[in-house]
Amino acid sequence: MIRTEHLVKSFDGRVVLDDINAEFDKGKTNLIIGQSGSGKTVLLKSIVGLFPIDSGKIYYNDICYTDLNFKERKEIRKDIGMIFQGGALLDSSTVEENVRLPLDLFSTMTPAEKLDRVNFCLDRVNLHDANRLYPSELSGGMVKRVAIARAIVLNPKYLFCDEPNSGLDPMTSVVIDNLIKEITEEYQITTIINTHDMNSVMEIGEKIIFIHDGKKWWEGTKHDIMQSNNKELNDFVFASAMAKRAKMNAETCEKRA
Amino acid sequence: MKLFELIGKYFILMSKVFSRPEKFYIYRRRIFDEMDALGFNSIGIVAIVSVFMGAVITLQMAINLESPFIPKSLIGYATRESMFLEFSSTVVALILAGKVGSNIASEIGTMRITEQIDALEIMGVNSASYLILPKIVSMVFFFPFLTIFSMAVGIFGGYLISIATGILNPESYLDGLWYDFRPYSITYSLIKAAVFGFLITSISGFYGYFARGNSLEVGRASTKAVVVSSIFILIFNLILTQLFLI
Ligand SMILES: Nc1ncnc2c1ncn2[C@@H]1O[C@H](COP(=O)(O)OP(=O)(O)OP(=O)(O)O)[C@@H](O)[C@H]1O
Ligand SMILES: [Mg+2]
Repeated sequence: MIRTEHLVKSFDGRVVLDDINAEFDKGKTNLIIGQSGSGKTVLLKSIVGLFPIDSGKIYYNDICYTDLNFKERKEIRKDIGMIFQGGALLDSSTVEENVRLPLDLFSTMTPAEKLDRVNFCLDRVNLHDANRLYPSELSGGMVKRVAIARAIVLNPKYLFCDEPNSGLDPMTSVVIDNLIKEITEEYQITTIINTHDMNSVMEIGEKIIFIHDGKKWWEGTKHDIMQSNNKELNDFVFASAMAKRAKMNAETCEKRA
Repeated sequence: MKLFELIGKYFILMSKVFSRPEKFYIYRRRIFDEMDALGFNSIGIVAIVSVFMGAVITLQMAINLESPFIPKSLIGYATRESMFLEFSSTVVALILAGKVGSNIASEIGTMRITEQIDALEIMGVNSASYLILPKIVSMVFFFPFLTIFSMAVGIFGGYLISIATGILNPESYLDGLWYDFRPYSITYSLIKAAVFGFLITSISGFYGYFARGNSLEVGRASTKAVVVSSIFILIFNLILTQLFLI
């Protein structure tokens, strides 16, 4: 479980996140949604500690992360896996080396055990025969999958995904979404996903937080989202054709009933 | 004020770079990789530049010292002194600041803007040390070898030109090479090379590490890295000469 209390973050006096109180549950796919530029990435990076925050508290299972020093944070970071918006694979390393790096740094495994673990994770994301390829030789979807494999190689307790399916076709997006959901449930991970893709919201939105104008505007599940009367949320949600159709279907069902 | 801030930031980064590494063997492997990428890959350019400079210095000396009262061997002597004292360390460093410096700054800068550095930090890696330390170590060790190599090639260039043009006889060139030879000038040059290696890699690493924004910024960072390392090479050349030769 991860919780933020009164989190405030600004850049050069410009407030980007204003008093965010949110709780993210274990074993669930928690979504942060919002328009481009609303502060999703900043929120995610503040929670993991890549951005220092102005005020407020961040808790990881009742440990106050904001109060920890650099060394103590490092211990928690070993339990964190993160998938960045652009994949962020190391360009000078192969797929195998990328996934193996956390093991090289923090495990006491033998080389053979490491290779087993790497192959297991690559298998888990359905990537075969890609071990020797460099990131520049991969497609966008493959990059995302390698990033997921790297993020889960150390069995993280917390998984952060910054737009895991941006720039992917709808079918691959669904595959990636479901993959993250499966892993989350299988290993009981606290997963937080940034997205502005309504398909993902309807697919895996077990808990959704809507960020608007740097504030937490709305909170609920994928079932609540269609019934909400919140104007900004509706504007955001119904900008997508798929969501419009779903809403229309829901309304016709209501009329018939 | 901005300058002091920059210097402070540089030293804070260096203290991060030189904190105890997580797992030594990973660093060892990275150091060898960097030696290959930064050091071995520079041998070609150092060879070309040195052979031409050695030849040109010899030619210049031969043309300018056209007097019956000056022994021809002085030409070899002058070539040797120029190569040993200044060219093979300082001028080669300036050339490498361009080649290696821009390479380091753009590589690390790109890693910064594509969040690769963030990814390392999240894994719990000390990214500054992981990325910059192997580059510093490999260059501080390898640059002195490049310097010695440059000296040898430069002298050889002078020898070639003396044979090719016949402007002086190769024997007197070789005689001059040994005239008043003090091994200390080699030591002095190697110390300079190690210091310059450190300056180039750490300054370029600094500009790359703090790059922000997009590819434009990375380009700017790499230009700055080259300019600032070159300036510091010149300043330290002065300081070290004052310290060791006077
Ligand atoms: N390092 C930074 N320095 C200054 N301002 C920043 C920085 N990072 C983000 N911002 C600002 O914070 C705001 C939120 O950006 P953020 O990247 O969180 O948006 P986002 O919701 O992730 O958008 P997208 O969906 O396009 O990724 C933007 O207005 C941006 O200009
Ligand atoms: Mg973002």
